[in-house]
Amino acid sequence: MANIRTMTFDGVIVGGGGSGLRAALELSQSGYKTAVISKVFPTRSHTVSAQGGITCAIASTEPDDDWRWHMYDTVKGSDYIGDQDAIEYMCSEGPQAVFELEHMGLPFSRNEDGRIYQRPFGGQSREYGKGGQAARTCAAADRTGHALLHTLYQANLKNNTVFFNEWYAVDLVKNQHGHVVGLIAICIEDGEVVFIKSKATVLATGGAGRIYASTTNALINTGDGIGMAMRAGVPQQDMEMWQFHPTGIYGAGTLITEGSRGEGGYLVNKDGERFMERYAPNAKDLAGRDVVARSMVLEILEGRGVGPDADHVLLKLDHLGEKVLNDKLPGILELSRTFAHVDPVKEPIPVVPTCHYMMGGIPTNIHGQALGQNPDGTDYVIEGLYACGEAACVSVHGANRLGGNSLLDLVVFGRASGIYIEKMLSSGIEQQEASDSDLELGLSRLDKLNQSSSGEKVADLRKELQVIMQNHFGVFRKGDFMREGIQKLQAMRERIENPHLQDKSNAFNTARVEALELQNLFEVAEATAIAAEGREESRGAHARDDFTERDDDNWLCHSMFFPDTKTLGKRKVNFAPKTVPTFEPMIRTY
Amino acid sequence: MLVSVYRYNPETDLKPSMRDYQIEIPGGKDLMVLDVLAMVKEQDDSVAYRRSCREGVCGSDGMNINGVNGLACITPLSDVVKNDKLVLRPLPGLPVVRDLVVDMSIFYKQYERIEPYLQNDDPVPAIERLQSPEDRAKLDGLYECILCACCSTNCPSFWWNPEKFVGPAGLLQAYRFLADSRDTHTDERLANLEDPFSVFRCRGIMNCVAVCPKGLNPTKAIGHIREMLMERGA
Amino acid sequence: MGMKNMQVSSVTNFGRSGLSDWLIQRVSAVILLLYIVCHSAIILSTPEMSYAQWRELFAGTTMRIFSLLTLLALCAHAWIGMWTVATDYLTRRMMGSKATLVRLVFLVGCIAVLAIYFIWCVIILWSV
Ligand SMILES: Cc1cc2nc3c(=O)[nH]c(=O)nc-3n(C[C@H](O)[C@H](O)[C@H](O)COP(=O)(O)OP(=O)(O)OC[C@H]3O[C@@H](n4cnc5c(N)ncnc54)[C@H](O)[C@@H]3O)c2cc1C
Ligand code: SF4
Ligand code: SF4
Repeated sequence: MANIRTMTFDGVIVGGGGSGLRAALELSQSGYKTAVISKVFPTRSHTVSAQGGITCAIASTEPDDDWRWHMYDTVKGSDYIGDQDAIEYMCSEGPQAVFELEHMGLPFSRNEDGRIYQRPFGGQSREYGKGGQAARTCAAADRTGHALLHTLYQANLKNNTVFFNEWYAVDLVKNQHGHVVGLIAICIEDGEVVFIKSKATVLATGGAGRIYASTTNALINTGDGIGMAMRAGVPQQDMEMWQFHPTGIYGAGTLITEGSRGEGGYLVNKDGERFMERYAPNAKDLAGRDVVARSMVLEILEGRGVGPDADHVLLKLDHLGEKVLNDKLPGILELSRTFAHVDPVKEPIPVVPTCHYMMGGIPTNIHGQALGQNPDGTDYVIEGLYACGEAACVSVHGANRLGGNSLLDLVVFGRASGIYIEKMLSSGIEQQEASDSDLELGLSRLDKLNQSSSGEKVADLRKELQVIMQNHFGVFRKGDFMREGIQKLQAMRERIENPHLQDKSNAFNTARVEALELQNLFEVAEATAIAAEGREESRGAHARDDFTERDDDNWLCHSMFFPDTKTLGKRKVNFAPKTVPTFEPMIRTY
Repeated sequence: MLVSVYRYNPETDLKPSMRDYQIEIPGGKDLMVLDVLAMVKEQDDSVAYRRSCREGVCGSDGMNINGVNGLACITPLSDVVKNDKLVLRPLPGLPVVRDLVVDMSIFYKQYERIEPYLQNDDPVPAIERLQSPEDRAKLDGLYECILCACCSTNCPSFWWNPEKFVGPAGLLQAYRFLADSRDTHTDERLANLEDPFSVFRCRGIMNCVAVCPKGLNPTKAIGHIREMLMERGA
Repeated sequence: MGMKNMQVSSVTNFGRSGLSDWLIQRVSAVILLLYIVCHSAIILSTPEMSYAQWRELFAGTTMRIFSLLTLLALCAHAWIGMWTVATDYLTRRMMGSKATLVRLVFLVGCIAVLAIYFIWCVIILWSV
């Protein structure tokens, strides 16, 4: 086989973050030969950064809580383009998935009665929005992601999952029938390139926040899975939907969890005014993230920003007192002191909306199976390919994700993918074969880099890309300005496909990895740009100056970006939950 | 500023050397060491180092910064730079893969050795296992470890016996499970630590505590393990 | 996982546990300290001690037992200390493949020296 080693597994999972590890655990437990490939040691995945918690109606802090209320909030939060069957599945299966995490040892914070501590988060309500603020986010202080990721890694160690740590997945391998049969990967430590063959390939590669210049995301969040899927012709759903988190530390991008507002913190402008009272009289600082982020930008645009350039606002926490801050938000104190040089016990933290989360991604059903679209608009399953976590778009987040719903998404759909693959494997499917030419895609991209003798520097190209995205596709968007951005991007493709890799050595060559990552960033950026320009309305996180209203007649649907033609299509939203009545679209106010 | 970086590529270099880079530090902002490394990499893309979260929670970029182990991403220049010079070396005591990247296998092996997962043989309840806030508080200062290896690679006992002495990071996690009210394998865990190396090679010199970027205290945890071993022995 | 086979029980350790080693180190240190304190006190309180007095002091059964105990403590303390030093520094990691032999020779040397000292001291004690 094309001169490279082949390794065979029942299931291969690309990604050692929360979703990948949860899927792997499910498969390992059932005895299937499972491999996890991760470009970093698993506990260094981005999930480790999640702070505030995992939202789920486990009815602990509020004993009468109901998963249907959580479902209502999530549907409303999504601005009605979240798929209701998937949201129903997530909210109803959620408690089981969270209890499993606890049984694995996750050190949740506790209430007096010994149950898991839950804190209020934005967009949470009781009784379908009529019963006031809910407290539904299960937390391990403000280090929930760290606790969750380490716990899942530990559970995988216990179950003997095979880990390929510091291996980089380059491209999917698709055979003549369009089935995905594995992938090409490179061992970062020694540069060996292998074909990893598998009956099920799961993309759990996380987000791509690094397409923007200012982001809360880790440096490794480069959308590799999205890029791989697109090069294999898989369409992408809702790529225009990027969440800007209201409270990134000004200048640094590091996140201050929404939990800090859940615990009672609030935003103020240069006059010291708690301005969210004006924009969201009921939920105030705990309105949906898109609402809060836009309000902040409006404050700044109208000249009420703070600082010499009046370009940010302040998050006030000092009134909560040192004890609460130490108990509930110790990580926030650390981050603020390190990155903002302020002590939240005494002073407010300078914050600004910052790119945070990719709502879009690889379209899947609730079993994690990746979906393509037939010419008549119906879905088809792409055999052998699965996705879960931030890389996937099930879609439970629609146009705007609620805080704490991502971690839940990871474990619920990581688990669901594992369960489905297990079922499929035990029903005995045939291993699909691949030919040499099928391997070409991945290998040719590597070859090109290894032979490059001229071209631009990866770091320069990356910066240029990030600035374009930041300027043309930020919190507020406008048609002509976006079209200009798209042109700039298109002019970059050729350059990004042919960068100059100076260092061609094999041992731990991070320059090669960064070049490959850049190409994935570009694919994500272009899909985002074209989808954003195409959706001619304002919905959730997608806010346009030229189409300021939500347009349910034309756009109560997913967008679908087709990489082969670079065109935008539509896909129906699911409005048919199985056990509850449909939540009909309504005007979204907080 | 002069940035001196430890360079070693096993394919081309017979032995390691230090290479100097002149880096223009923009005024007005206290950069982190990781920012400076990124600037070095812009000049010379062959410099290899690990990084991920860039906010001190993933534990990728532990390295020796002007002689002291720490995380590059949360170490501000103002804390470490003297005479306008920054010297970056890999974590000491582990084999170097390339440049600032060390082979951490033995460190991870020691972590795995302490069986770092909750073990409880009681039937699983329908909801979560209960734990009082007081019992949960016993895990604070333990579970936060990010496996950066700053501590273990600053510990002479670990340098001398990395195969046999668990090291501060592993022992901190050993105690994290010993201290968890939900774990029922205390006795087995202790039995596995009783030999003369695993725990008892710790000399209590607190080199580990001095460098932990998360402010954790492995020495104290090791003391607790010793106490538990003693109680069990008596 | 390799928990069981990674556990160390080296021949020269005589199968003791780390806990007993650690306890012996502490207890023996206390005995040594007591012995030193005792003798210092006696010497200080009897300014001009004659050989006869000195002999008499060591002829008593209590003192004999105390001395013997201290001797044992010293040997145990020294042995554990030397063994620890040997397994820290005289290792493959520090000196390559010849380490095992060097360590063995060193430890046998230690045993010999300690044994000679022990017998010699017992002879002295019982000769008084
Ligand atoms: C600062 C911050 C705080 C957050 N807080 C919360 C919160 O409180 N609650 C909440 O619900 N959500 C939160 N989120 C969102 C949530 O953390 C993420 O959406 C989630 O962790 C993503 O998990 P994942 O498993 O999809 O991917 P990740 O955790 O990002 O993992 C991706 C994995 O894929 C691997 N990988 C990627 N590309 C490749 C490749 N080419 N080859 C091999 N491996 C590859 C990586 O090594 C990694 O292991 C937060 C996000 C941020 C940025
Ligand atoms: S206290 Fe123990 S573990 Fe910490 S550095 Fe010293 S010998 Fe190593
Ligand atoms: S104890 Fe501290 S220094 Fe050691 S690995 Fe954990 S976080 Fe790093």
